[in-house]
Amino acid sequence: MISEYGHFALALALACAVLQAIVPLTGVALARGSWMDFGNHAARWQFFLLGFAFLGLAQAFLAHDYGLVYVAQNSNSALPWYYRLSAVWGAHEGSLLLWVLVLAGWAAAVSLRSRSLPRDIAAVVMGVMGLVSTAFLLFLIITSNPFLRRWPAAQDGADLNPLLQDVGLIVHPPLLYMGYVGFSVPFAFAIAALVRGRMTPAWARWARPWTLAAWVFLTLGIALGSFWAYYELGWGGWWFWDPVENASFMPWLLGTALIHSLVVSEKRGSFKNWTVLLAIGTFALSLLGTFLVRSGVLTSVHAFATDPARGIFILAILGSLVGGALLLYAWRGPSALAGSSYGLVSRESFLLANSLLLTVATLTVLIGTLYPLVLDALSLGKISVGPPYFNLAFGLVMVPLVVVMGLGQFARWKEDSLGRLAQALSRFALAAGLLGGLAIAVLSPNEWGTTLGGVLLALWLVASTAAGVWARIRERQHRWRALFTLPRAFVGQCLAHLGFTVTLAGVVLTSSQSADLHTRLAPGDSVELGQYTVQFESLRDYQGPNYRATRGTFHITTTGGERHTLMPEKRFYQVRNMAMTEAGIEPGFTRDLYISLGEPLGDDGAWSVRLHIKAFVRWLWLGALMMACGGVLAMSALTVRKRREAPQAALASTLP
Amino acid sequence: MRFLVPIAIFAVLVVVLGVGLKLDPRYVPSPLIDKPAPEFSLTTLGEEPKPMTRADLLGRPVVLNVWASWCSACRIEHPLLVSLAQAQGVEIIGLNYKDTRAEALRWLADHGDPYRQSIFDPEGKLGLDLGVYGVPETFVLDGAGVIRHKHVGPLSEDIWASDFAPLLKKLSASDGTGASGG
Amino acid sequence: MAEMLRALCLVVVLGLTVSPTFAADTPLGFEDPAQQALFESLLEELRCLVCQNQSLADSHADLAQDLRDEVHRMVAAGENREAILGFMVERYGDFVLYRPPVKSTTWMLWLAPLMLLFGTGIAWWLTQRRAAVTHSVPLSEEEKARLARLTIEPQDDSRQH
Repeated sequence: MISEYGHFALALALACAVLQAIVPLTGVALARGSWMDFGNHAARWQFFLLGFAFLGLAQAFLAHDYGLVYVAQNSNSALPWYYRLSAVWGAHEGSLLLWVLVLAGWAAAVSLRSRSLPRDIAAVVMGVMGLVSTAFLLFLIITSNPFLRRWPAAQDGADLNPLLQDVGLIVHPPLLYMGYVGFSVPFAFAIAALVRGRMTPAWARWARPWTLAAWVFLTLGIALGSFWAYYELGWGGWWFWDPVENASFMPWLLGTALIHSLVVSEKRGSFKNWTVLLAIGTFALSLLGTFLVRSGVLTSVHAFATDPARGIFILAILGSLVGGALLLYAWRGPSALAGSSYGLVSRESFLLANSLLLTVATLTVLIGTLYPLVLDALSLGKISVGPPYFNLAFGLVMVPLVVVMGLGQFARWKEDSLGRLAQALSRFALAAGLLGGLAIAVLSPNEWGTTLGGVLLALWLVASTAAGVWARIRERQHRWRALFTLPRAFVGQCLAHLGFTVTLAGVVLTSSQSADLHTRLAPGDSVELGQYTVQFESLRDYQGPNYRATRGTFHITTTGGERHTLMPEKRFYQVRNMAMTEAGIEPGFTRDLYISLGEPLGDDGAWSVRLHIKAFVRWLWLGALMMACGGVLAMSALTVRKRREAPQAALASTLP
Repeated sequence: MRFLVPIAIFAVLVVVLGVGLKLDPRYVPSPLIDKPAPEFSLTTLGEEPKPMTRADLLGRPVVLNVWASWCSACRIEHPLLVSLAQAQGVEIIGLNYKDTRAEALRWLADHGDPYRQSIFDPEGKLGLDLGVYGVPETFVLDGAGVIRHKHVGPLSEDIWASDFAPLLKKLSASDGTGASGG
Repeated sequence: MAEMLRALCLVVVLGLTVSPTFAADTPLGFEDPAQQALFESLLEELRCLVCQNQSLADSHADLAQDLRDEVHRMVAAGENREAILGFMVERYGDFVLYRPPVKSTTWMLWLAPLMLLFGTGIAWWLTQRRAAVTHSVPLSEEEKARLARLTIEPQDDSRQH
């Protein structure tokens, strides 16, 4: 019965969202202070109500309330309690509830810190977030209500999609939504800047920590999603350029451009228009992602069961929110004042180049993702755009991006000279070049051209980072001590850039150094792959809570004396009639050993088996983790600074 | 002016997405339309198999229906096929796809046999040449053996009335005048 | 119909019904490493038609298995890459290719990254020039003094109004 209260709370939350949208914006128009502040309260109430609704749905899952259609479709009496809990966001309706809950959470968080903002800016931010919330709550209640009841209640549930019965799913969507939805905050700030004519460095300072926070969550969410695909889909892939993967990657790319552009806007007052446009664009891409995943316009391994009516609704939301924002931009954007001037060789200039290149990368992914749709819409035939295209096109854009990235993080603000850059960087770059050549000689990859290029690019970033650190400590008396007292923002930047390097190296090396073998093995057989000998020892059936499984035992040995045992499984989930592959993985810093079972072949117990040596594959996610940590450090540096400046800001906000 | 560029690009994007909503991303049009049906040399499905080749499909418009006893979706369209064959006398040739003879015959005995003849294709060779990717699929061949239409998924009354009946009528009209229908 | 297809796909993907050829020995291994490499690269580049979005290499679907067998047979028979891709396109259309062929409808796709990079380069250069022009003209002493006056005056103005 708690779910009934949850349903009611959902309706109240909609009322709250409507008030949050209307009252503060009206307050701004009429210059009424108390109306402006109302948004802060409404946001917190809305968060509380949605939290209650969410708990109501969770309770229905835990208590096996098969009277709810959504529960009956996505749960089962044999499903363990933790998957019953994560099943709350396992399908469209519940995950959308999580979406609006996260949105309300961000709004509530901004409201708690609204005292450090001018009253009118905070009011517009709250109003815009209320608008977004209203739109999605209407969508939720009208087309995708998870609280709908059925009569009579189902005997038992249809079970959660087995693909999603995994620890990864418990954390992946919440992280991803925290990122996606978090970009609504810089979006709202951008609208506030346009509406109030406040495209100032101060504006960039307000928006920065929120943008960083959203970016950190999205980074982690994407990395976890890739990791989950790696061990759960059973084919050793970690990125397929699938439309749904692209849907989360595009806001990340543009969001990365945004956090860098915000730095320039804050420190130097430049590119304010561009920054505002990036803020709008990033959230637009988040909404586009939501559309692509939930409307069914593109086929994907991860898409939700879809319905065109929902697609039209989200498209209308996307069109009105983003269309409105861009119209506002066209109207108010030209009024921004030019920032400080800078030279052709300067940090500003390189950062601009980089945010442009990141935009190109985003557009490349967008074009590749939507091109088949465009052709189909024009009746020009059906094509598929897959990894061969994206790897080539994206790789092409990455080269100048990484080169400029190395220059940008080292160059001085305002004016620098090529001579100084060359002098300061050449030693490090030379060392990197030698190291790269050496690495390639040792690795002797198949496609040595691309591998060498990728490794050199990664080392170039390391070199430029090292040069940056060196420049900061060389004049100091105690260099080692100086290393530990570097400003937190700078350390964050270095860590994030090194993280990017590690991911880049991981991508290049795992593509060129991995080996795999698709073969037929019966218990007792053994086979060699690289330096490893894989022996298929035995096969055993067992019964899981809601599946039947066959588990193989494989021993892997090397001449060097390494010895590992892997146990890949093939599971059959009875309720959904679905087969699932659980890979057996032996992780390592420089390589993963990965075995997955294919299908049984014949009667002698032989199976088709896929064996992989995944070189440096962990580096992909390690790098993402480092990027996220770098983001957190940079964020904490901002918050510390903000706390110091808070008294002044509070003073400023009392001025008209 | 340049401040209007983003909204212009975005407007185009929304229009494309809107059109995209009406399309079915899973439908793959066959490149074989208006191409001659592939050659094959198989046998009929029956207790006494007889050889069957492309030549047996020529001379009149033919509906070629790909089916299998293991295909659950085939059961959905099957009553329609039976009534088309029995009540309207439509000539339907079956293509029994990746099946076993015994199971296929039992399935026909259980559900009725609407087929003038079924081609037995246990290895899916003809299916492959026809670009079959989801059973059931239904083709229309004209008298010259050219593929004129393909439908993927179970047939329904509506689909039959809109896509098949008019085409067959047209084909048999032109066929009656002695032309090859091409 | 989409619903039907999905149900159908489920049946196919899950291999609920094991077709007779299924249990035959899966093609594995070639003597010639070049053929092995060709086989594997083809599987990565061909799209499985019944699955949501997977290559032949990654799909567990029955049809994918059949097509893998077919690719294996053709590679073993010494056919080259173009012939095998052509064979697939003849039957299933360009849809099976994850690397879209370059033709009148796709040159925009292939050229887009280059054109974007080029456009970006121009945009960057123009912005730089604008920034550099404002920057490169140093202020004379007189102008500096005037600027100093101007930056104070507006505030005085606003007080008067």
